[in-house]
Amino acid sequence: MRFGVVVFPGSNCDHDAWYAVSHNLGHSAEFIWHDSVTLGEIDAVILPGGFAYGDYLRCGAIAKFSPVMKAVREFAARGGLVLGICNGFQVLVESGLLPGALLRNRELKFVCRPVTVRVETAKTPFTCQARLGQRLTIPVAHGEGCYFADDGTLAALNRQDRILLRYVDNPNGSLDDIAGICSEGRNVMGMMPHPERAADQLVGSADGRVIFESMIHFFAAKSRGAASERATVHA
Amino acid sequence: MSDLTAPELDKVRAILKREPNETETGIFTVMWSEHCSYKSSRLHLKKLPTRSDRVLVGPGENAGIIDIGDNWAIAFKIESHNHPSFIEPFQGAATGVGGILRDIFTMGARPLAVMDALRFGPLDDPVAGSRNRRILEGVVGGIAHYGNCFGVPTVGGECVFEPCYNGNPLVNVFALGVFRHGEIFFGRATGVGNPVIYVGAKTGRDGIHGASMASSEFTEESKQKRPNVQVGDPFMEKLLLEACLEAMHTGAIVGIQDMGAAGLTCSTCEMGSRAGTGVEIDLALVPQRETGMTPYEIMLSESQERMLLVAASGREQEVFAVFKKWGLDAVTIGRVTDDGMLRVKDRGVVVAEIPNRELADEAPLYDRPHGVAPYRPAPIEPPASFTAFTREKRNFNADLETLLSSGDLCSKRWIWQQYDYMVRTNTISGPGGDAAIVRIKDTDTSVAMSLDGNSRYCVLSPREGARLLVAECCRNLSTVGATPVAATNNLNFGNPERPEIMAQLVETIEGLAEACRFFDTPITGGNVSLYNETLGEAIWPTPVLGIVGLMKTAPPVTIPFKNEGRTVMLVGGLGSCDEIRFGGTQYAKTVLRTLWGLPPALDMDYEKRVQTAIRKVVNEGHAESAHDVGGGGLAVALAECSMHGIGAAIEISSDLHFELALFHEGPSRILVSTPAPETVERIARENNVEALRIGVTMKERLRIDHNAVTCIDSPLDRLRGVFEHALEDQLAPQHA
Repeated sequence: MRFGVVVFPGSNCDHDAWYAVSHNLGHSAEFIWHDSVTLGEIDAVILPGGFAYGDYLRCGAIAKFSPVMKAVREFAARGGLVLGICNGFQVLVESGLLPGALLRNRELKFVCRPVTVRVETAKTPFTCQARLGQRLTIPVAHGEGCYFADDGTLAALNRQDRILLRYVDNPNGSLDDIAGICSEGRNVMGMMPHPERAADQLVGSADGRVIFESMIHFFAAKSRGAASERATVHA
Repeated sequence: MSDLTAPELDKVRAILKREPNETETGIFTVMWSEHCSYKSSRLHLKKLPTRSDRVLVGPGENAGIIDIGDNWAIAFKIESHNHPSFIEPFQGAATGVGGILRDIFTMGARPLAVMDALRFGPLDDPVAGSRNRRILEGVVGGIAHYGNCFGVPTVGGECVFEPCYNGNPLVNVFALGVFRHGEIFFGRATGVGNPVIYVGAKTGRDGIHGASMASSEFTEESKQKRPNVQVGDPFMEKLLLEACLEAMHTGAIVGIQDMGAAGLTCSTCEMGSRAGTGVEIDLALVPQRETGMTPYEIMLSESQERMLLVAASGREQEVFAVFKKWGLDAVTIGRVTDDGMLRVKDRGVVVAEIPNRELADEAPLYDRPHGVAPYRPAPIEPPASFTAFTREKRNFNADLETLLSSGDLCSKRWIWQQYDYMVRTNTISGPGGDAAIVRIKDTDTSVAMSLDGNSRYCVLSPREGARLLVAECCRNLSTVGATPVAATNNLNFGNPERPEIMAQLVETIEGLAEACRFFDTPITGGNVSLYNETLGEAIWPTPVLGIVGLMKTAPPVTIPFKNEGRTVMLVGGLGSCDEIRFGGTQYAKTVLRTLWGLPPALDMDYEKRVQTAIRKVVNEGHAESAHDVGGGGLAVALAECSMHGIGAAIEISSDLHFELALFHEGPSRILVSTPAPETVERIARENNVEALRIGVTMKERLRIDHNAVTCIDSPLDRLRGVFEHALEDQLAPQHA
C-alpha cells in the first residue's frame, strides 16, 4: 500500500508517520509538499501532527487554504482513505471534512502522556482489525484537543456509529470522551492520539499499529473486490 | 549595563589606534561582556579536560561534537537563559530553548532531544512564593511552547528550589543533535570574495544589549529591562532548521553560524576570526522589522531565529532557492575579505571598522582575586538540636512523606507532562528516570543523557560538590546501562569580582576537572553565567552538568519494581556517613530545616568500579529494575522504586543512627531488583564492590526495618498520592 504524508510548514510528526508506515509496518510512504496541487500515486493520505503554519491564528485555520487540501478534499470525495492525526485532525475539522471543533484543553495546558482509548466501532476502514471494546494505549500530545460539537452533530455521530475511539481517562475534557471520529462516508478519520508514536514496543507501545493495519487490510480487501469485479466484467 | 572599564577602553583605543565611535563602542561592549568573552572564567576553564578519542570538536565552536561510531556523531551543549527568564519568564525560557537549538543545527545536526535544569525560590516562600510560582509556570510554559512547536522532545531535566534563587531563578537548557561525520559545518567565513548571507527573521530592536544585561547584577532598575528580552517564534525556527539542513545538503554553504547573544556582531566577527578573514557587510541590506534603526541597534539586536552563512561564490542561487521554498528571507549582505577586518557600512559609508581577531579573541582576561575561602553560609558542626534529635524515636513514616512531598523530591509530572517528550519517536526512556534514553534511528546505538546540579553540596564545599556531581551524572548513565563519554557544563555563580565568590568558581572548576578526567568524560563546551545576584545576594554555586553516554539500543531497565518475590539488592553497599556529612542532605533541609557540615564523602575509585558493575548487571539483563540512590537516601530511593504497585520488605542493619541509615546520601549505591542475586553478587565480586541483599519485593506496601526495628511501613497508595500530587498542590490557586 502506498501512503502519502502531507508536509505543511510546521508539521513535525510527518517523519514519525512516514517512519511508522514504512519502517514499522513495511509499506511504502512518501511526503507530499503543502503547495502540491495533486497527491500523486497514493492509496491513502495522512495529515500528520505538528503546528501547521505555526497554528498562530487557530489550529488548522490556515492549513485548510493550502493547495494540497483541495487535492485532499477531491481524494476524500472519491472515497480515498484520509487519516488526520492530532494537528491533522484539527485541519480536517477546519476544512469541513469532519464535523465539530477542537478547543483548548480543559486544563488550559499542553498535555503529553500515554492514554487508554476504547474502540467504539470496528465497522470502519481505520478500526476493522480491532475488536469492539478493545483498549489501546496510545500517547496524546496537544494543547487543543478538546473535542466539541453541537447536540445535533453529536447525536448524528452516535446514531451513525461514527465515534471510533473514546478516552477511558479523558485527558482534555473532550465532549462525550471523544478521541476519534470519521466522516459520514467513513473514509475520513480524525484522532487526537498519535498511533504513529505507538507503532513500536521499543518506544512504549505498539497498540497504534492496529489503525494502520486496518487501513492496509481494508485497502487490500477493496482492491481484491475491485479486481474480482473487473474479472467478472471481463468474463 | 556593564560598560567597558577605563582600562578596557584603553585597550580598544590601542587596537583601533584611534577613539572608537558609538557603534564600535557598543560592539566592543557586547563582545567583551562576561557573557560573550568569559573574561573572568577563561583562565580557569583551561583546566578542564577537553579531549578524548571520541571528541571530534571541543570547546570554541557552537557545540561540542562526539563520535558515536559507524560514521555517526552527536553535537550537544548547554546554555543558560537566567536573566531573561527572571524578567520575562515565558519568553525568557522560550528563547533559551531557541538559542541552544540553533547552536546545534548550525553545526549541521538535527536536534534530537532537549533537557532543562531549573532553579526557583521555594513555592511556599512567605514573601516571594507567589512570584516564584508565577515564574515557574511561565518558564515551564515557555519551554513547552517553544520545544513542542519546534518538534524536539524535551526528555528530562531537573527542578530544585532554594531561597537563594528567589531573586535569581536559573534556566539552563541542554540540547543534543545527531548527524553523519560528513555533515558537520563550522562557523567560519572562509573563501575571500564569498557572499555573506543573512537568513531567517527580520531584525528588530528587541534584545539590544541582552548579553551585557546577562553580565550584570539585578537591581531595582532591572525590571525596566523587559525590552531587552527577545520574543521567540518556534514556527520560524522550525522552518529555519529545515531550510538550513536542506541548504547544507546542496554543498553550496561553506560556513554558518546562528545569531545568538550579540546578534550580527558576534556572528560576523567570530566567523571571520575563526577563518582568519575579514567580513564586510552593509546594514542597509539587512532585513529590518522596524524603521529608522541605527547601525548601533542593528549590530546589537538580539532578534531571534536568524542565521548568518557564507556560501560558495556563484552558488548563491542554490541557497536562495531552498530558503524561498521554506518562505524565509535570505539576502546577501556582504563579502568575505582578506584584510581581517570587520567592516560595517551603512549605505556604503563605513560606520565601524575593527580587526576581527582582536574583537573576538583578544577580550580582556582577568585573573580575579580568589585567595580566600569560598563563601559558606553554614557551620561545620551539626546544631545541638540534631544530636538530641537522633536519640528520639521518630515517626519515620511521616518523615518519608515529608521528603516525598518536598519540592526537590516530589514527582515533576506536572512539569514534564506539558512537554512533548516523544515527538520523533526516539524516546526509549523519557522524563522521570535516572537518565533519558533516545535511540538513533538507522543505527543500533542509543544515547543516554543525564542533567544534574547539586548546589546544596557545592555551597558546603564547591570542590567536593563538583566531584560528586560528575560521579552522580555518570552513575545515572551507568544505572540505565550507558557508558559515559562526554560532558557539557553550565556554571552559574554570583559576582566574580567578590573573591569569596570567585573562590567558589575556581574550586568548582578544579573539582569538575579532576573528576571529569577521572571518569573520562571530557567537557566539550558549555556556558558560564556570572553575576547571578540580586540586591547583593548571590545564588549558591550552581554548576549544572550534562553528561552523555552510549549504549546498544534495547528495551530500557527502569526504576519501578516489576514483579513480587524478587531480591532487592544494593550494589555498592549501604555506604557510610557521619553527622557532619549528613548536614547537606534533603533530610536536613526538609525535615530539620537547616544546613551544616560537608557533602557526602566520595571515593572515586570505588564509584568507578560500582558503575562498571552496574552496567554489566543491567546490560546482561540481570536487573528487572535499577535506580540510583540520590537525594533523600535509601528510604526515598526505595519509595521511588515502589510507585507502580510493587513495594518491598527491607531489612538492613548498621551501626548508624536510624536517620543516617535511612536518609544519608552517600554516593556509589544503586538499587536493583533481580531474579538472579547470585549473578549480581558474582559481578560485584569481580569488580571488587559490595552487593548486599536487603530484602524482597512484595505487593502494595513498603516496609523498612533497621536493626530489627520497623521504621517505615506504609501502603504504596499513600506514598504515591503524596509523591504525585505535591507539586500540583503547591501551585494550586489557594496559594495564589
